[in-house]
Amino acid sequence: MATATVIFAGIAIVLAILLIVSSHYLSTTENEVIDKIESLLPRIQCAQCGYPGCRPYAAAIVTDKADINLCPPGGNETVRRLAKFLGSDFSPVTKYSTTANLNEIAFISEELCIGCNLCLRACPVDAIVGTHQSMHTVISDHCTGCRLCIPPCPVDCISLVSRNA
Amino acid sequence: MLKYPLFQSFYGGVHLESHKNTSNHKQIARDFLPSRLIIPMNQQFGSDAIPSVKVGQLIQKGEVIGKPAEKNTTAVHASCSGRVGAIEKHPVPTAGKVSTSTCVIIETNDENNIAAQKPPLFKNHLDKLTAINHAGIVGLGGAAFPTAEKLNRKSSHCEMLILNGAECEPYISCDDLLMQEHATEVLRGALAMMEIVGAELTVVVIEKDKPKAIEAISNAIETIGSKCIRLTDIPTMYPTGGERQLVEALTGKEVPSGKYPIDVGCICQNVGTAYALDCFFQLGEPLINRIVTVTGQGVKNPQNVAVPIGAPIVELIKFCGGYDGEVSQLILGGNMMGYTVDTDQLPVTKSTNCIITTKKATTPKPFEIWPCIRCGECIPVCPVRLLPQQILKAYENKNFEELGKLGLSECIECGCCDVVCPSHIPLVENFRKAKHLRMQEIKSSELSNAAQKRYELKTQRLSSQHANTEKLHADLKESIKESSKNDMIKAAVERSKKRRDKK
Repeated sequence: MATATVIFAGIAIVLAILLIVSSHYLSTTENEVIDKIESLLPRIQCAQCGYPGCRPYAAAIVTDKADINLCPPGGNETVRRLAKFLGSDFSPVTKYSTTANLNEIAFISEELCIGCNLCLRACPVDAIVGTHQSMHTVISDHCTGCRLCIPPCPVDCISLVSRNA
Repeated sequence: MLKYPLFQSFYGGVHLESHKNTSNHKQIARDFLPSRLIIPMNQQFGSDAIPSVKVGQLIQKGEVIGKPAEKNTTAVHASCSGRVGAIEKHPVPTAGKVSTSTCVIIETNDENNIAAQKPPLFKNHLDKLTAINHAGIVGLGGAAFPTAEKLNRKSSHCEMLILNGAECEPYISCDDLLMQEHATEVLRGALAMMEIVGAELTVVVIEKDKPKAIEAISNAIETIGSKCIRLTDIPTMYPTGGERQLVEALTGKEVPSGKYPIDVGCICQNVGTAYALDCFFQLGEPLINRIVTVTGQGVKNPQNVAVPIGAPIVELIKFCGGYDGEVSQLILGGNMMGYTVDTDQLPVTKSTNCIITTKKATTPKPFEIWPCIRCGECIPVCPVRLLPQQILKAYENKNFEELGKLGLSECIECGCCDVVCPSHIPLVENFRKAKHLRMQEIKSSELSNAAQKRYELKTQRLSSQHANTEKLHADLKESIKESSKNDMIKAAVERSKKRRDKK
């Protein structure tokens, strides 16, 4: 009886040490998890989730337990991927109005632009070039169609066009 | 002489019921002259040619109407004499689908005198290749890859030129007829190609179901008396006519993914291309005609026709006696690799080898599609050694990573898996969609990655700007503190304070 107790206690202690060591060396850091979540998001940087960008949202999912269904451009497909990765339940995306997507890009009407510089500052991916008092324009290859430049424009000269047109 | 043991087959493939006798019993019709031509500028692989004629201009047969846009693309020529009616966008069949391209539209007249042409003279090798491009010669097997480009690939030594007369598609017989009627010209073209690539041996490959072509070619080999041409007949097996399958059947070597037949020492050329090259070298005639098989039950006189490039399909059908009853389907290319089009207002291009019409009355009802039962029948027939059932599953699950691993992009869309599937699943149709979706996914992930990178850079820039400003302010405050120790400034500050108190 005593031998058996000692043997099992010994095995338990060895396994416990193994577990502690492996959890120390093989642990995934919080940053790695955030990286992975960010890669699952569409990374349009539209801020429609309520966070300033995709990485802040990914961080919020990890640290603040933010909902995973806040990304309108990603749609339900993204929620499904996130749910699979995080092992949480699927629930459809709640916000659906004017969804940003990669198929559209912003277009600045050159006659109307007054060179106020506000859209340039709003662009999360530096896809707008121009300077004060001069016409601005969108670099179409870099634009993600996030729509963040539209509200600040005082003369409403920005519209969305199809990426392939 | 012959270094290779000639293997007889390749991996996979299926036997298909032949329908060649619908169209191969008549001679090639050579008197077809359409009333108008729609000549597309995008007939070759690579960038489009640039129209070099004006509307209203009178042009002669064989004149250049589209100049090559880049150095290694081909020119486009007028296939009949006439007047340029318009230069406009028109639907054109290209690589598996109908898209719009700039076309030169010619109202033909019956003068049809060919622009004065002489057999070309070449100063050197490079000159010859440029001349082939200017003659608009492209691979006539279906891909329309510029011939000069293919002959000029010099990644390794070419030991064997394979002249592809296999023609494994069950309905097509244009190469068969060409070999029967123009065997000598075809072989002469092959010899010219051999000289260009520096090969020692040409192997003409013909499937066993074309005895007349085999006879004609072997007679021509005797007449020419060249020892470096050899004829091989191979068993009828679909898709032997595929470049990679042909190389495997002849040499036993598999062409690795992402490489070309030249990397295993072979170059494949279609017999039609050899004929076109001979016409150019002997007569100076650019590529303005091609032989098209018009077949199927929906046309009155199925036959092979020498068609001027750009002729509308509707006129070609009329030339072949018109439609026989109501036609349910018009297929461009073979019934295996071809695609259905919904209008006959399209032009014949350099890559159109066959037009199949199916009659509504005799079209059997399509089979009902059942779920995949995982029988594995599709695996041994795939000539590229893929796993079609796994690919289908990955496609249904939208698992793009898995699709890449399974080698979806290697699929040649031959349709062997479709033929053997007991559940009648249209696998190739699904694979085409999967390829398209995967390309989209790759494109958008590239965009996303770039956006992420730019967002990171902007955030970094802003925060470093912010930090800089903070530091600047701090430094300024510090320097004010420093300078306030100066006596003169102290005195001035005192005076200012006094003035404020007086107020």
